Amino acid sequence: MTSVPHRFAPVQRLLHWLMALCIIAMLFIGVGMVSTVMPEYLPLILIHKTLGVALLVLVLVRLALRLHLGAPPLPVDLPPAIKLGARLSHLLLYGLMIVMPLLGLGMLWAAAYPVVLFGGIEIPALLPQSDRVHTLLWNAHVYLGLAFFAVVLLHLAAALFHALVRRDGVFATISPLPQRERMKPTE
Amino acid sequence: MNQPGRLERSSLGWLILIAAVLGGSAAAFAYTAGWLTPGRLTPDRMIAALTPPSGPPLGHRRNHAKGICFTGMFEANGNGVELSRAKVFVQGSYPVLGRFNLGTADPNAVDATVRVRGMGLQISAADGEEWRMAMINPPIFAVSTPEAFHDLLVAAGKKDPEAMKTFIAANPEFAAFAAWSKAAPWTGSYAEEPYNSLNSFVFTNAKGEQRAVRWSLVPTAEPTSIAQAELKKRGPDFLEREITDRVQSAPQRWTMVTTVADPGDPIADPSRAWPENRRKVQVGTLVVQRIEPERDGPCRDINFDPTVLPQGIRVSDDPFPAARSSVYRKSYDLRAAEASDYPRTEVAKP
Ligand code: HEM
Ligand code: HEM
Ligand code: HEM
Repeated sequence: MTSVPHRFAPVQRLLHWLMALCIIAMLFIGVGMVSTVMPEYLPLILIHKTLGVALLVLVLVRLALRLHLGAPPLPVDLPPAIKLGARLSHLLLYGLMIVMPLLGLGMLWAAAYPVVLFGGIEIPALLPQSDRVHTLLWNAHVYLGLAFFAVVLLHLAAALFHALVRRDGVFATISPLPQRERMKPTE
Repeated sequence: MNQPGRLERSSLGWLILIAAVLGGSAAAFAYTAGWLTPGRLTPDRMIAALTPPSGPPLGHRRNHAKGICFTGMFEANGNGVELSRAKVFVQGSYPVLGRFNLGTADPNAVDATVRVRGMGLQISAADGEEWRMAMINPPIFAVSTPEAFHDLLVAAGKKDPEAMKTFIAANPEFAAFAAWSKAAPWTGSYAEEPYNSLNSFVFTNAKGEQRAVRWSLVPTAEPTSIAQAELKKRGPDFLEREITDRVQSAPQRWTMVTTVADPGDPIADPSRAWPENRRKVQVGTLVVQRIEPERDGPCRDINFDPTVLPQGIRVSDDPFPAARSSVYRKSYDLRAAEASDYPRTEVAKP
């Protein structure tokens, strides 16, 4: 066996699934809260801000681990175009995970709102109020948020395709289940 | 490997499953976003109901669109500490930023035609912690729920006189507001009006004791009743001119009075007053020291969202602050994006 890992390290897998759940929750909370005037609006936006900032911290940890620990290779028989697509979509996902919380924070700062998280934690403003900056960041947060959901759906489809149709071991690299060592040899 | 034929058939099943998972996820997302339920009361629908037939006031607030900025101090006398651990109740002086305004979606409304006058206010503690509020001069709100407010806007916007009658029949609480609107005296100054929170909030003190309260800013200036017809002769912007001159000659003051609910008082319904004999605590004085036009003034950039609250104050069961926060956010998003329709003059200066 080579030194190339054939699965993501447990901490990487844990972070992947923890963050996946939280991000899916963020996307639903995001579109849910902006379309309601019910009392739930306030707890939802508080969760959205708090979880969003927590996810920003987590993605930085995750990227550091990724650079340090690497990733298992994709199956050799995967067509190069698909491999490229996989790499690009993963880059896109990382990019969105970093950019979305920053846009959220920036948008609030540029509108002169105090950013107060769960437990009264207050994040100081790093931008002055500006109509133009607020509008730019707001639009970016809204449209990239929708794009994020689309990319997650694509990613989900690809993962299921690997797991159910191709059965090529890609899903096992990040599967949250304890390792069943040695993939089933081809049937 | 399986035989090609079998593999294809089972793959097809999986592909259908994958498509179903994607379709289901997208549908759940669309439902959450309200795209499948046009009947849901969204901030967008509330803003549509506020929008006059002539179109939205581009670059301006979607309600209380006409206003003028002020700055000054909140002088806390220390009495509020017993009710809330909010830092701005500790005896001392705290900077404020605010906005006198008219309850209309028309930024060019004639002052004497608008019944409801309001005040947006932000008090900052020494560490920058903010308390924002937006209050109006009637003693009670027009309706009991945000949904009813939407219905009111829709009914009032209809030409058909039956629409208001139907609305009033369905929302009898409106009668008290209508009576105020008809009978309450008009004054010639923003400085002579009280500004009431109407919504209830919960104050928590250092011991952790919680109390539902409302508050009012009671003017120290003596109100003089003036006929509406008389006010109409003073010009379309007399309130702004008057308050500018008045504050220039002397700072204007309001006493902040908090009223503490008794058990059983209607906390969740701003259309119902609490009995007169409830405990009232004077917690400080608002001093308005300087007036600035809105176009380039500091209040323009602020959303006086009543849920921006310091530690020691939180929302109560009153459904309005959450609804207002959601709608004010959208109103701010829109007016900031339309800033070029309401250009600042300072930008041109070097
Ligand atoms: C919001 C949700 C999600 C995000 C942001 C996300 C993000 C990512 C990223 C960035 C990678 C690349 C890891 C790397 O190479 O460093 C990855 C890998 C993977 N994800 Fe997700 N993921 C999400 C949800 C899901 C879901 C729901 C599934 C499956 C049902 C899934 C299955 C996989 C699989 C199988 C891989 C491994 C790909 C490989 O080995 O290269 N992910 N995910
Ligand atoms: C992973 C991180 C995040 C994701 C995926 C996300 C996603 C979303 C989505 C989908 C929306 C709804 C957009 C719309 O349809 O109008 C939204 C709105 C919003 N988000 Fe985020 N968000 C994230 C982080 C944050 C953070 C960290 C903050 C602030 C601290 C924030 C603040 C907001 C606010 C204030 C809105 C309402 C915008 C408006 O319409 O005024 N978000 N977000
Ligand atoms: C669901 C009910 C309500 C809706 C939909 C609503 C809507 C609005 C909107 C869209 C704005 C403009 C916000 C901005 O762009 O900054 C506004 C401002 C204002 N509202 Fe309301 N409002 C409601 C209830 C109330 C209540 C109960 C009060 C008073 C107790 C009130 C007092 C004010 C005041 C004083 C302003 C002006 C604040 C400023 O100077 O910026 N509103 N309202």
